[in-house]
Amino acid sequence: MGLDINAKKMMKNAFRISKVRGETASRVRIPGGLIDAKSLVKVTEIAEKYGNGQIFLTNRQGIEIPGIKWEDVDAVKEELQSIIEAIGTNQVDDETGYPASGTRNVVACPGARLCPFGCYDTTELARKMEDVIFPNNRHVKIAFTGCSNDCAKVRMDDIGIIGMTEPQYDPDRCIGCEQCVKWCKKRSVGALSMLNGKVKRDEDLCIGCGVCVHYCPTRAWTRSKEHYFRVVLMGRTGKVNPRLAEDFARWIDEESILKMGHNLYAYIEEYISKDAPNGKEHVGYIVDRTGFETFYEYLMKDVTPGPKAEIATTMYWGGKRYDRSNNLK
Amino acid sequence: MGFVMNKEDFSKTIEKLSQDYRLYAPVVKKGEGRCLDEDIVRYDFIKDADEIELELKSDYSFKEILLPLSETLFYFTENETKVADRDLSDVLVFLRSCDLHGLQRLDDMYLRNGREKDFFYNRIREHVHFVLIGCTHSYKDCFCVSMGANKIDDGYVFSIEQSNDGFKSEIKDDAFASYFVGQAENVAVSYVTENETKVNVPDHVPLSIYKLDMWREYDVRCIGCGRCTLVCPTCTCFTMQDTFYDAKGKVGERRRVNASCMIDGYTNVAGGGSYRQPKGERMRFKVLHKVNDFKARFGYNMCTGCGRCDAVCPEYISFSTLINKLDAEIKKEAE
Repeated sequence: MGLDINAKKMMKNAFRISKVRGETASRVRIPGGLIDAKSLVKVTEIAEKYGNGQIFLTNRQGIEIPGIKWEDVDAVKEELQSIIEAIGTNQVDDETGYPASGTRNVVACPGARLCPFGCYDTTELARKMEDVIFPNNRHVKIAFTGCSNDCAKVRMDDIGIIGMTEPQYDPDRCIGCEQCVKWCKKRSVGALSMLNGKVKRDEDLCIGCGVCVHYCPTRAWTRSKEHYFRVVLMGRTGKVNPRLAEDFARWIDEESILKMGHNLYAYIEEYISKDAPNGKEHVGYIVDRTGFETFYEYLMKDVTPGPKAEIATTMYWGGKRYDRSNNLK
Repeated sequence: MGFVMNKEDFSKTIEKLSQDYRLYAPVVKKGEGRCLDEDIVRYDFIKDADEIELELKSDYSFKEILLPLSETLFYFTENETKVADRDLSDVLVFLRSCDLHGLQRLDDMYLRNGREKDFFYNRIREHVHFVLIGCTHSYKDCFCVSMGANKIDDGYVFSIEQSNDGFKSEIKDDAFASYFVGQAENVAVSYVTENETKVNVPDHVPLSIYKLDMWREYDVRCIGCGRCTLVCPTCTCFTMQDTFYDAKGKVGERRRVNASCMIDGYTNVAGGGSYRQPKGERMRFKVLHKVNDFKARFGYNMCTGCGRCDAVCPEYISFSTLINKLDAEIKKEAE
């Protein structure tokens, strides 16, 4: 009897089609890239028992366990259960593995749990977003980065979240040492200047990276109690028109971001190409088709950003157009 | 003489004191550290007993009441000046033994260093009284015992420390007894007799240490941020800022702001010169001032061993380690 596998179903169950006939790879979701050591040991056990003893670390902070025989898939699903529970991934039924794979692992830099520059707990927010958007078969990539350095490279994602802090200045604690001015220029955008011995911040130029807060030796600069975010949209890699995400909002709040994540799926359901292969189409191409205004309407439904938030009224994307010309200059 | 208080008694005592005094104490500032959700403890005026932080060591010292980070001294117009107003009502400052020892250094520098007392320091100093926070245990980085600043017998009006579920105070100045609500008892303020960190301060520092290789390490490690000096209860340096409200530069104000031998600009001179640029040289200058040069002038060492500089350095440079390194080098040379 030949091996009869419902390949499309298995792919949605987070088992990859391997080039090695008869084998698959199990994909482990790790939203925010933070996994407890016990779960990682479990991954190791699965790799040694069912796989080929190797573990692949994916580009989106997930794990793939290659070399698993299709016959062992049910046993692997059973073994995956403790990992799924430890990480808190939404599941439909116990011991059925991951219920979807289209919506990709939510990526996050180490964020404020570890990084001195982090403007928020990226792991926590990545997991909150995971809870909003998973399971779903639509091909969506969301990433979180703690500050404007964008170590998580969120500008390659459909929705990229960049942490911001609004620097609070107490002139009575400022000694005019100019370290904030120097470091803002060296490590950031140069939004600070000296005026009469005190520091002036260009509020438009300031990207809320917190470098001034970090380098201030007196606590004249401190972080805002509120956590703010910059939202960048529709970055992508791929064959036709790879491009970086562009700015959509700044000084926006967490609640708005989570709603936008939810809203994105309603938009995709409505406008995705009916003949998209395997129901997969980069959402950016859908936006290219419907235009920004329609997309905006869906994305911002029931979103009520705080008073400080600024939202783009129109957006343009650039990038390479391989479908137009491949000539090198 | 003293008092033992429960939480309620302490609150009432603080309430009574705050009717006659401004209270300046260590306060936890939520989220005001460098990193997200990082708290710092620094001095501020308080109204309620709950605001006083008696357990944690403060990251910044009490000196900001006497030497504000930035203080406008006077305003000037073409022919006149007006001394800036300052609230000169009496203040009670809550501090630990190391800091009260630090006060002696500040007083020597600003009141007994030359013919004139510093007017701006003196005008507030006369209205400041001290409350000694007892140390029931040593803290990370403290080396007060090595510097002889772990204990102090006078210079405070009463002491305060947490004790079991309540508080206890030793009364030094009987005039303060009437403010207290609680049980009268004999109380002696706690102090530590041993720290984990110990330093050997060299008795004599030969000039040859100037050329030691050990300083070069700090050319690279130190970033010259000056935190070590800004948190120090004994650093007294300042610089002046004149700012002008008019285009002609005839109307404006003069400010005095904290400055530091570790921060760029400290050695700027007319004509554009600037000296001691390498950070290792600045480090040498600072270390020697704390454990040698000040002593040459005033007869005792400047450093009190509070250890704040060790705790605050973003580059993990330890001042106590530096003193011990210097001592070892001097001993090596003597052999």
